[in-house]
Amino acid sequence: MSLKRYLPIITLSVLVVAVQVAVSLTGQAFYLTQLTMAAYYTVVAVGLCMLMGYAGQISLGHAGFFAIGGYTSAALTTADFSNASHGWLGHALIKTGCMAAAEDLYGAHLVRLNPWVACLAAITATVIIAYCIGLPVLRLKGHYLAMATLGFGSIISKIVVGTKVFGGADGISGVPPFTITATFGVCGEMQYRIPNYYFAWAVVICAALLMHNLVNSRVGRALRAIHGNEEAARAMGIDTARYKLNVFVLSAVFAALSGIFLTHYNGGIGPSEASIMKSVRYVAIVAVGGMANLWGAIAAGAGLNFLSLRGYFGSYDEAVFGLILTATMLFAPQGLLVKPEWLAGITAFFRSSARGRGNGAS
Amino acid sequence: MALLEIEGLNRAFGGLQAVSNVGFSVSAGMIKGIIGPNGAGKTTLFNLISGLTAPQSGSIVFDNKPIHGLPPHEIAGRGIIRTFQNIKLFAKMTVLENVMIGVHRNSQAGFFSGLFNTPRCWPEEIRIRRKALDMLDFLSVAHLAGCDASGLAFGQQRHVELARALAAQPRLLLLDEPAAGLNMRETEQLGIVIGKIRDLGITVLLVEHDMSLVMNVSDEINVLCFGRMIAEGKPREIQKNPEVIKVYLGDDHA
Repeated sequence: MSLKRYLPIITLSVLVVAVQVAVSLTGQAFYLTQLTMAAYYTVVAVGLCMLMGYAGQISLGHAGFFAIGGYTSAALTTADFSNASHGWLGHALIKTGCMAAAEDLYGAHLVRLNPWVACLAAITATVIIAYCIGLPVLRLKGHYLAMATLGFGSIISKIVVGTKVFGGADGISGVPPFTITATFGVCGEMQYRIPNYYFAWAVVICAALLMHNLVNSRVGRALRAIHGNEEAARAMGIDTARYKLNVFVLSAVFAALSGIFLTHYNGGIGPSEASIMKSVRYVAIVAVGGMANLWGAIAAGAGLNFLSLRGYFGSYDEAVFGLILTATMLFAPQGLLVKPEWLAGITAFFRSSARGRGNGAS
Repeated sequence: MALLEIEGLNRAFGGLQAVSNVGFSVSAGMIKGIIGPNGAGKTTLFNLISGLTAPQSGSIVFDNKPIHGLPPHEIAGRGIIRTFQNIKLFAKMTVLENVMIGVHRNSQAGFFSGLFNTPRCWPEEIRIRRKALDMLDFLSVAHLAGCDASGLAFGQQRHVELARALAAQPRLLLLDEPAAGLNMRETEQLGIVIGKIRDLGITVLLVEHDMSLVMNVSDEINVLCFGRMIAEGKPREIQKNPEVIKVYLGDDHA
């Protein structure tokens, strides 16, 4: 409601513009590609932060939802619907723009699904799967929930490798741009690098805005209450099962959206996106960010993913994220990007000494 | 018809019959005390009424409708609100936010309006906040509103938990040993607060070990022993009841 409430969002927006201007002016605009990809990965972290940090429910299977979104959209937008385009339904779909004629790399004519339709289908699939998984799994707590979601993640990662429509070990390539307006689409082409950077970060900012609103709402309080003490939350009239399920599905949709956009941006998706290590990476990012700290998750998501995508971690990429997770749990279980205790101590010291001086003068 | 009617309630854990064929009723507007030695089944009885534990047999009727077997949030939704013997506040939330959770059952905003911060939920949010502040004020802990709930002193936590329960506008308030861990002065104040709660028109069911408190505030007292109801009556009658004296002091005093 007040401007102060949205200060972090405004700061983030300013930062996004500043980074773009800085890298473009210094002739390092190639960084924007990795910054765009890092932005999409950050959307997963935002959703997971809500689920883990605020509602207190862990998921080690979020790469699975990312993959469901990405793969569904990739499979639907690369498939040829020529055979389905003849009947009255086919004509109707073409008339309404749900399908359109296209050419493949070799000039062959085919009929393709509109990315918006594919996106809608991918989100619907994610919602249905997340509900079906969440309903039984969210009755579990702690380690048991972690293991069950881990199992879900490994099922998805094996399905995408073993299924022919999903391209097996090669994944799906040649995914067309996600047309947003007549002149702009989410794709990796050079001339769209800057608009794509802004679009990706706009998605992050929207996601952050929604989460920020939710955390500070009646529902957000209820979710934090579930985290704080589930039994007391139930006794105060909160339908904990329903709330947990809803936030699980919501965070799954965020992961799927991120998967959809990144797949169109990269022009393809491979099975590594569905791997368990990717899920661990998302958890590590949220942990570094400080669990119940949306802004920390965004900073960690953008920073760590950027470094990883630029190849700073070399062939030890996944080992680095494992190490980060272990080290965070050992040395900074509250997260690295929250106000550290020692800093709070120093501020308190100066405050009290200032008050002491004030008393002396009066 | 009484507000709460319990009949033939049974619950066993393994071989232990924690609550055995318990039946009593609570009329609207009264303060009913439940006493009994440790392990008598008092907390189990509260868990059964609030739905955290399901009864194996028997019936619990609240406001002429059966509630046994309902999930806790639905029972709370009907106006039965409880506190816990080992205070259960929400960690990492402020005192005010804790009490605002109390208003949950009397508010509507869902996921959609939460995500989009729709203007429609703004008046409700203001109402929730005001109600919570009122309750903190009622229990004289309004100055703690911004504090982290887990950092409070024990007695203050009790007050905050009570404020949270009252914010839910209960029709029946279950207090599970509210005086546990309080010193004499705090217990005295608690007695006054319980009286004020009754004056608000809230029916109170009170489990308590502190005899002076129970005897002072209760209109009626039930005595539980090893899961059975052994006596029921006015505080004076209970104090003279040979069965009760035997349970508390041993055979020699009866």
